[in-house]
Amino acid sequence: MPGKTRQHITRNEALLFELSSPGKRGYQLPDLDVPAVDAASALGPGNTRQEIEDFPEVSEVEVIRHFTRLSTWNYGIDLGLFPLGSCTMKYNPRVNEQVARTEGLLWAHPYQPEALAQGALEVIARLEAALAEITGMDAVTLEPAAGAQGELTGVLLIRALLESRGNPRKKIIIPDSAHGTNPATAAMAGYSVENVKSNGHGMIDVDALAALVNQETAALMVTNPNTLGIFEQDVVRITGLMHSRGALVYMDGANMNALVGIARPGDAGIDAMHLNLHKTFSTPHGGGGPGSGAVAVKKHLDPFLPYPRLKCVQDHWTFDYDRPRSIGKVRAFCGNFGVLVRALAYILAHGGPGLRQATLDAVLNANYVRKGLEPYYELEYPSPSMHECVFSDSRQAKRGVRTMDIAKRLIDYGFHPYTVAFPLIVHGALMIEPTETESKQELDLFIQAMAGIAKEIEQNPEFVLKAPHCTRTSRVDEVAAARKPVVRWTRQPAAGKAD
Amino acid sequence: MRYLPNSELERGQMLAALGYDSLEQLYAHLPKEVLLARALDLPPGKSEYEIIDYFRALGDRNAAGYACFLGAGCYSHYRPVMCDVVVSRGEFLTSYTPYQAEMAQGTLTTIFEFQTMICQLTGMQVANASMYDGSTAVPEAAMMAMRITSRSKILVSRTLHPEYRTVLGTYLRHLGAPVIEFGYDAETGQADWGDLESKLDDRTAAVIVQSPNFLGSIEDWRKAAALAHSKGALLIYVFTEAVSLGLLEPPRDADIVAGELQSFAHPPSFGGPYAGVIAAREKYIRQIPGRLVGETKDTNGNRAFCLTLATREQHIRREKATSNICTNQALIALMATVFLSVYGKQGLRELAQQNLSKAHYLAGGLPLRFQGPFFNEFVVKAGARTPDEINHELLGHKIIGGLPLGRFYPELRDCLLLCATEMSKRAQMDLVKKAIA
Repeated sequence: MPGKTRQHITRNEALLFELSSPGKRGYQLPDLDVPAVDAASALGPGNTRQEIEDFPEVSEVEVIRHFTRLSTWNYGIDLGLFPLGSCTMKYNPRVNEQVARTEGLLWAHPYQPEALAQGALEVIARLEAALAEITGMDAVTLEPAAGAQGELTGVLLIRALLESRGNPRKKIIIPDSAHGTNPATAAMAGYSVENVKSNGHGMIDVDALAALVNQETAALMVTNPNTLGIFEQDVVRITGLMHSRGALVYMDGANMNALVGIARPGDAGIDAMHLNLHKTFSTPHGGGGPGSGAVAVKKHLDPFLPYPRLKCVQDHWTFDYDRPRSIGKVRAFCGNFGVLVRALAYILAHGGPGLRQATLDAVLNANYVRKGLEPYYELEYPSPSMHECVFSDSRQAKRGVRTMDIAKRLIDYGFHPYTVAFPLIVHGALMIEPTETESKQELDLFIQAMAGIAKEIEQNPEFVLKAPHCTRTSRVDEVAAARKPVVRWTRQPAAGKAD
Repeated sequence: MRYLPNSELERGQMLAALGYDSLEQLYAHLPKEVLLARALDLPPGKSEYEIIDYFRALGDRNAAGYACFLGAGCYSHYRPVMCDVVVSRGEFLTSYTPYQAEMAQGTLTTIFEFQTMICQLTGMQVANASMYDGSTAVPEAAMMAMRITSRSKILVSRTLHPEYRTVLGTYLRHLGAPVIEFGYDAETGQADWGDLESKLDDRTAAVIVQSPNFLGSIEDWRKAAALAHSKGALLIYVFTEAVSLGLLEPPRDADIVAGELQSFAHPPSFGGPYAGVIAAREKYIRQIPGRLVGETKDTNGNRAFCLTLATREQHIRREKATSNICTNQALIALMATVFLSVYGKQGLRELAQQNLSKAHYLAGGLPLRFQGPFFNEFVVKAGARTPDEINHELLGHKIIGGLPLGRFYPELRDCLLLCATEMSKRAQMDLVKKAIA
C-alpha cells in the first residue's frame, strides 16, 4: 500500500538496488598491463564466487544524483544550529578537510619507513604536545578511535597501574548523570559499577561519594562540566578524597569545550581523561563518525600507555615499541590519523588566545539561550551553566506534550533538536548546547522558535504531538522497526502474472 | 578567531542581557584553584594560507610520489572522484548520528544500503552500521560469540593480522577469556587445522580465521567452520582486504564476519580513519554491537528508516550493553557505499580480477615462501640479501617495497610480504622483481 504521494522528484529517490538495471556501469578500469589470470585456476574453483546477487548496477550520473538527493533529506551544521547537548556540534572548518587530503599525508602507509614518515609523525607529536598543554596532563595517546574507546583505554590504564600496586580492585563509581558509555566501558574493563547520586545543585554528592569509596574502589569516572552543564565545584576535594583512599579519577572530557584555556583538569587532580576531537576540536561528526578519543594522563600512568610511543632521537621522530608495561594496543596502527590532522589544523587556526575566546563564547551562548528560554521551560537546577543548559518538559507535560514532541516540532522551524531525555536524572530533559560558532542572530531565532512552540503547546497541543509537519518524512514509527527488524533490502518476489 | 561569528558589539549585547559586564563573570563561580592563571602556551592563530602551507610541507617530508608495495592490512586502491564529492556535501559531512530520523533520512538510507551491500558481499544476513576498524571489530565479534555461546575460550589463528591479535588481547584480558593461538602450515601458509583441532574443546566460544590471511594465503573456511561447529563453537571470519570479496566465495558457513573496509575508497592515511564492520547470521542480530538501521514507515505510510534495536546499546542498557561503542565511522562507511555503487556488480569483480592478475604477475618467477593460493598479497624469500637491503635499493627507484616480516614472525625474518593492486604499474613491478630475484 503506497503512502501519501510525494510529487517532488528528489523526495522519491529509490534505493540503489531498485535503481539498478543489468549492464549499467559507472566505472572504467585502466587496461590491464599484465596478463590476465584465470581466477578459478589461481584461487581454486571452490574459492571463486559467482556474481554478487542483487548487487547494484548503476551509471555515474545515477550515483551522483542518488547521493545528492539523499543528502537533501539530511540536516547538518552547514544548514544551521545543531544544539545537541554534550555533542558539541560546532562548525567544521573546511580548510581542515583540505589539509587532511594533502597528498603526502593521505597516501602515507602506516608501515612505510620512518624516515619517509617524518611529516606524519610530526603531526602526532605536535598534537600530543598541544593537548597535554590544554589539559594540564603529562602525556597523550592519540590511538583511541573515539570517546568510548578513549574511556576504555583510560580505565585499562588505571587497572594496569593498580595491578602494578598489587590489587586492581573491583568497582568503578559513576555519577547518575553520566553518559551510558561510562558504565558500559567499566564493564568491558572487568569492573562492576556503582552509582553515586547527585545533590540538589546537580553536582556529585561528596558525602555520598565518601561513603561509597573503599578498598574495592578502583576509580571514579566523572564528567566535568557534568551532563547538566554544571561545573563540579568540589572537583579538587573529590580528587583528593579518591587519592587518599588509593583510587584514581578518570574524567570524561566530552564537555571540555567549556574549559579550554580557562581551567585544566590536570591542575584539579584528574589522573586520566579523554578528549573527543570530533567535539571540542571541530572535526566533523559525519553522520556518526569518525571521531578520535585522545587520552591524556598524568606521569604515573605514562608507562602503561598503548604502544608505540613517539620519541625524538637526534631531530628524528621514531616509534618506541619497547614498552614492557604497556596495556597493549587498543587499535591497529596509530589511530584515526586523518582526524588528528584536522584537529591540529583547528588548534593552529585558533591559536592559544583563539581557543580561550572560543570557550568564552561557548559559555556566553549557552547562558544567553538559558536566559531566553527560562520564561517558557522549567530549569531543574539553577546552578550556573557552563557550555550547555538543561531544561525539563514538566510544564509542557501537563498538556500531554513531552520533550520528544517538542524536539520534533523544532524540526519544522528548521533547527536540529537538542538532546532528548538525557541526562536521566532530569525527567523529560531538553539538553541544549549551542556552541561558540553560533551567532546572536541564529540564537535569537532558536529562542523565538522554542518560545513559539511553548505557546503552541498552550493553544494546540495536538498539533505539536503530530510534528514534524514540514519534512519529507513525517513521524517515524520506531516501535514497528524494532518489533520485526528489517535491516537489509531484499528483492520482493515478483507479483502474480494476473496483471 | 575567524570561526567565531559574534562581534564585540554582539557579545556586549548578550552580556547585557545576562546582567554581566565582562566575559570573565561567566566563570566567576569556578573555584580559584582550578582556574588557569596564565595563557595557554600555544602560538597565536594562523591564517588559512599558512595552515595549508604547513601541512603541505609536512606532506613533503613523507614519501610523496612513491610507488608502494605494502599491504598488511592497509591497501592502496584507486579512489573514484565521486567518493570525496559525496562525503564533502555538508548535509552528510556535518550531520550527527541519525537519532532524529525525520531529518536524517539521507544518512539512514545510505546506512541501510551499506548494511545490505555488506550482507551481499559476505553472505551474511545482517550487518551493522560500522565499527572503528577491522582490529576492533575482531574483539567485538569475539565478545559477541562469548555472549551467544556462554563460553569464553577464543582460538585465533597466528595468521590473523598481528596488530589485530594484540588488540584482541587488550580487549579480552580482563574478561576471563583465554585467547589461544593456533599455528600455520609451514608449506602452505594456511592455518594448521591439526593444531586447531587439538586445541578445540567444548569451552571454545569461537575460532577466528582471517582470509586472505596476513601471509596472503586463502583459508578453507568450510574446514574451519566444520571444525568449530563440531564442538559447538562459532566461526568468526575476518578480512582485511575487502576487495577480495569481489572474487572470493563468501564465507557462508561462518557465524560472524568481522572486517576492515579501508580498501573501499579510503586512502592509507597513515592508519586511519578506516571503517570496520560486523555481519552475522540473522539469529544473532540482538547480540550485534553498534548501530543498526531498520526499515519502518512514517505516519503517512511511506517507507522510512531509523536506528533500531537500541536496547542493545550503551545509552539505554549502560553496563549491560553489548558494547560501549557510540561514535562509529559513519562517513567512511558512506565513502565505501559510494565506492561500491560506482563499481557495482561488474566493476567490483573486474577490480578484484585486476588485483589478482597484478599480484600474480609480480609473484611470477620470485621465490615464494608459501604454496597456498593467494589474492593480491604473498610472501617471498629475500634470498642472499636481507629484506631491508632489498627495500633500501628500491627506495632509490622511489619504490616502497614489501613489509619485512621478522618484526611479527621471527621465523620469517628473511621474508617480505608484498602486495600489488590495480594501481601497481608493470614497470615498477619489474624493478621489484629484479631487486628480489
